Amino acid sequence: MSRTARQSWDVVVVGAGGAGLRAAIEAREQGLRCAVICKSLFGKAHTVMAEGGIAASMGNVNQGDNWQVHFRDTMRGGKFLNQWRMAELHAQEAPERVWELETWGALFDRTPDGRISQRNFGGHEYPRLAHVGDRTGLELIRTLQQKIVSLQQEDHRETGDHESRLKVFQEYTVTRLLKSGDRISGAFGYERESGRFFTLEAPAVVLATGGIGKSFKVTSNSWEYTGDGHALALLAGASLINMEFVQFHPTGMVWPPSVKGILVTESVRGDGGVLRNSDGKRFMFDYVPDVFKEKYAESEAEGERWYEDPDHNRRPPELLPRDEVARAINSEVKAGRGSPHGGVFLDISSRLPAEEIRRRLPSMHHQFKELADVDITAEPMEVGPTCHYVMGGVDVDPDTAAAVGVPGLFAAGEVAGGMHGSNRLGGNSLSDLLVFGRRAGLHAARYAAGLAAADRPAVADADIEAAEAEALRPFGVEGGDPAVSHGAAENPYALHQELQQSMNDLVGIIRKGPEMSEALRRLAALRERSRRAGVEGHRQFNPGWHLALDLRNMLLVSECVARAALERTESRGGHTRDDHPAMDRQWRRVNLVCRLSEESPGSAAADSLLGLVRVARREMPPIRGDLLALFEKDELVKYLTDEELTT
Amino acid sequence: MATGTDPRTGTAPSPAPGGVHHASRAAIAARHLRTDRWWLAPAATAAGLLAFVVYSTWRAFANGDYYAAPYVSPFYSPCIAKNCVPMKDGADWGLFGSWWGLSPALLVLIFPLGFRLTCYYYRKAYYRGFWASPPACAVAEPHKKYSGETRFPLILQNVHRYFFYFAVIVAGILTYDAVLGFRNARGEWGHMGLGTLVLLANIALIWAYTLSCHSCRHIVGGRLRNFSRHPVRYRMWGWVSALNARHMQLAWASLVSVGVADFYVYLVASGAFDDPRFF
Amino acid sequence: MSYDAHFRVWRGDADGGGLVDYTVAVHEGEVVLDVIHRLQATEAADLAVRWNCKAGKCGSCSAEINGRPRLMCMTRMSSLDPDETVTVTPMRAFPVLRDLVTDVSFNYAKAREVPAFVPPPGVAPGDYRMKQEDVSRSQEFRKCIECFLCQDTCHVVRDHEENKTAFAGPRFLMRVAELDMHPLDAADGAGIDRKRTAQDEHGLGYCNITKCCTEVCPEHIKITDNALIPLKERAADRKYDPLVWLGNKIRRRGE
Repeated sequence: MSRTARQSWDVVVVGAGGAGLRAAIEAREQGLRCAVICKSLFGKAHTVMAEGGIAASMGNVNQGDNWQVHFRDTMRGGKFLNQWRMAELHAQEAPERVWELETWGALFDRTPDGRISQRNFGGHEYPRLAHVGDRTGLELIRTLQQKIVSLQQEDHRETGDHESRLKVFQEYTVTRLLKSGDRISGAFGYERESGRFFTLEAPAVVLATGGIGKSFKVTSNSWEYTGDGHALALLAGASLINMEFVQFHPTGMVWPPSVKGILVTESVRGDGGVLRNSDGKRFMFDYVPDVFKEKYAESEAEGERWYEDPDHNRRPPELLPRDEVARAINSEVKAGRGSPHGGVFLDISSRLPAEEIRRRLPSMHHQFKELADVDITAEPMEVGPTCHYVMGGVDVDPDTAAAVGVPGLFAAGEVAGGMHGSNRLGGNSLSDLLVFGRRAGLHAARYAAGLAAADRPAVADADIEAAEAEALRPFGVEGGDPAVSHGAAENPYALHQELQQSMNDLVGIIRKGPEMSEALRRLAALRERSRRAGVEGHRQFNPGWHLALDLRNMLLVSECVARAALERTESRGGHTRDDHPAMDRQWRRVNLVCRLSEESPGSAAADSLLGLVRVARREMPPIRGDLLALFEKDELVKYLTDEELTT
Repeated sequence: MATGTDPRTGTAPSPAPGGVHHASRAAIAARHLRTDRWWLAPAATAAGLLAFVVYSTWRAFANGDYYAAPYVSPFYSPCIAKNCVPMKDGADWGLFGSWWGLSPALLVLIFPLGFRLTCYYYRKAYYRGFWASPPACAVAEPHKKYSGETRFPLILQNVHRYFFYFAVIVAGILTYDAVLGFRNARGEWGHMGLGTLVLLANIALIWAYTLSCHSCRHIVGGRLRNFSRHPVRYRMWGWVSALNARHMQLAWASLVSVGVADFYVYLVASGAFDDPRFF
Repeated sequence: MSYDAHFRVWRGDADGGGLVDYTVAVHEGEVVLDVIHRLQATEAADLAVRWNCKAGKCGSCSAEINGRPRLMCMTRMSSLDPDETVTVTPMRAFPVLRDLVTDVSFNYAKAREVPAFVPPPGVAPGDYRMKQEDVSRSQEFRKCIECFLCQDTCHVVRDHEENKTAFAGPRFLMRVAELDMHPLDAADGAGIDRKRTAQDEHGLGYCNITKCCTEVCPEHIKITDNALIPLKERAADRKYDPLVWLGNKIRRRGE
């Protein structure tokens, strides 16, 4: 007998960040009934942390911009590993998605003639990022949230019930996707407040759960980023691609511990901030790679002149791409020349007058003042690399956002893979959320609408009971159920810390084969121990229990990252191998695809902790000719094999 | 977590009355848990306002020692009853005829009093200081019921803008008084004494307080939807907004300066102090 | 630089509870939320607390620290006296769920009562033109992270549960102001009078501008001076301007 509340919906969206809300709006506007499930309160999603802006080639500031230029920048940023069709759709549709936000009440910063202002950002050829100061993500979330409320107001006028066609289940967590045969039939999870279980029956489920940063010790991501969507997809039989590509931002706060990992915006360096080691040396001059030697200053004097006269001088090496700077900081710290708290010094105070710093970097000034008690107008910041974004994710069809191999499953945003290739450009994430959030909602709605009532997949009671048993296991550990525990109960918080430490140390920013093998051994041991993760108390809002359940997801995803990273013997974008430092054109054609191993088919479905991950190579589809023609041949030879170029 | 239409809360019809001890709230016996000296600000406010009320009541009813040529006390200007002492070229207009036997100050003080009484800053000050509604943030108020400014008499606070118009007229007259301070006792121009400075300082603060008023900010430009179509008003709004940010400080400074100006005139008029003349 | 701090944390649920004493290590540079997390990881694994970004940007970890409504992630331990007990309770204006977590659904219900932005008819997406000076006021209000500390501290509902029906609270009155100042909002054309409804439907009259909302706002939004008072003045334009009132009388007689 199931103890689970059941409801029926047309489309269920898991996650209420930018992608999830955009998908829900679309599904509802297609006339379907849509439920949104989110772990936090409505409007608190991690999207609020985005600062820079939304990349869209509206050409408001420089009319030379268009979607082709944006596409080109995106492919370069991703080192040509991007799913080119996604990059194309993204560049084409981003402007419409931004303009649409204005009709829902968004208020972007303006140009003098009243259009949406656009700012410069790393890797973008033209000023392209629509923004609101440095709180663009908040504006995005609030606008989508308010659009949802306005749709609910419409429904209320029509049906008398705000939630008749669009309902947000806030503070609910999904632990399993349910299937009937190979098709999605719904989602199972628990309500955080009461601990009660629920099942939402739906033929279409959109995953929009964001990233995986909480598997790493130092991260700019929030607690929600436990890779839920990645793991749910894997467990439902979908595959993940590009999981080896994890973006580390070079400058995160390192002190105090409470804010370790929180982002320090790139604009600090853009406005003249310099990096120094504990000897006071501007070490970046020692780390300019050969391929960039022509483009960066050789001396401090030349770097200084660039700020005033960028046309006749080369830029200082602090402005190298993110991965280069992150690696350099990493090396300095490892060589014992780090700051007291394990970072390096980022100094703007000796470079600009205090007044100017407060004017140009108000939020950074505020952030350090409030959180670290550091006055950046008077003293240097301590910064170090922080895990920021995962390029990898669910393998989806580029046009429909449908997960490959699982009918009824869709994915959009950070949880979807392919769009950003091996490295994401700043500003491309918010536009990604909107473009593919809408596409996922649209195609999920079409898929659900296309099914006759009788043809809808049914949820089996046995699946619900299995999911309940899995979710309740942490409470059984203390009782000494011999099927579960073969030792003392493990503290989920301690397990989580060990996982984060292992991933940070062994599969972090610089990777080595033997270290990753060691990481896999540790992950296996952690997986074993996590079976005994036990919690006390009851199910009402019990954070220990929530973490014990999230561990499954983090372990699965971490294993994917480690296995794929071990497999890819080259360095590219967000994947740096100390033992294979060069980029290899042969590897560009290869996606690494993670799936659940079939060695334990039955038990993997019922008990994920036994489920091992397997990585397979897959050839990428060739880039369409007219898109390739957007690039110069000289550039293409750096990325594509001769064979690809001739055909 | 509920989704917003949970019948337990939200806009369900008339929930049971109560405050922080309401049955649904966290069971904490203390009415507040603040450990800082939260009572200091409302107590100081109440003491300051009370002191001014006592002083100004005495002076308003005193009906004497309010003119010492060329200075007139701001409490008694304009003087619109027949029983005013004659002020050479001053604002003593016997509009009210001779039937008015009380202090002429009572006739005009209504306007500055009304302006300050309905002022958005003073409302905060006395709601907190005298009415304890609330005494301080997150400190439970002692009242069982609360309807705010939704009904008579507090709904009348909405007339603040009309008092603002009167306050501008009064400030204009006090400016005139201050200018008259550049005469000597015989009415000859080109002189100045300590009293002139006192009146000038007072009128500067009165203007700053009056123009920093929230109603003024609204009338000048705040009511507009599109600033870009009204560049002059937008600029004025910017100035008033800058002043408005210091409305509280200006409210106190001008309150003190009015009292000081009146007291100065009182000292000179009563012969207790001789106004030092500069030239 | 570490020391043992004395914490008193409210534990319980809707059926009751009380302050529980803990002694817990505090390290340099930590905020209150770090200490709460340490409690979770050591002596109170089931201590319920709501949090998310831990950088003052999402507004989840609202609570009351030494009786003052604050974000736990933005309250540094160094700002508190190490010898004094630190008391942490849930927000006291909302129904408690468990430990430090409250039921904030009041706010979501109120959000639905404010009519949404009405797009100007006939203006296509991409054709919106607004000057920076015209959007700046509303942009300030859109900095709101919806931590609901202003709603929590406002005595209108904090001290009078019965007013929750009639009063939207500072956050949502500010939302009305935001929309009324939006340069392109076409509510008038849709028959919505935001100025009048601010008072008639959202309870603006309950506000006695005692400014606690502004005092607790972690985003430093001038809620009272820039949203609530201007809204009161706009309502006065509609309802307490004798010329308008007279005009309406005459027009009505003419009908």
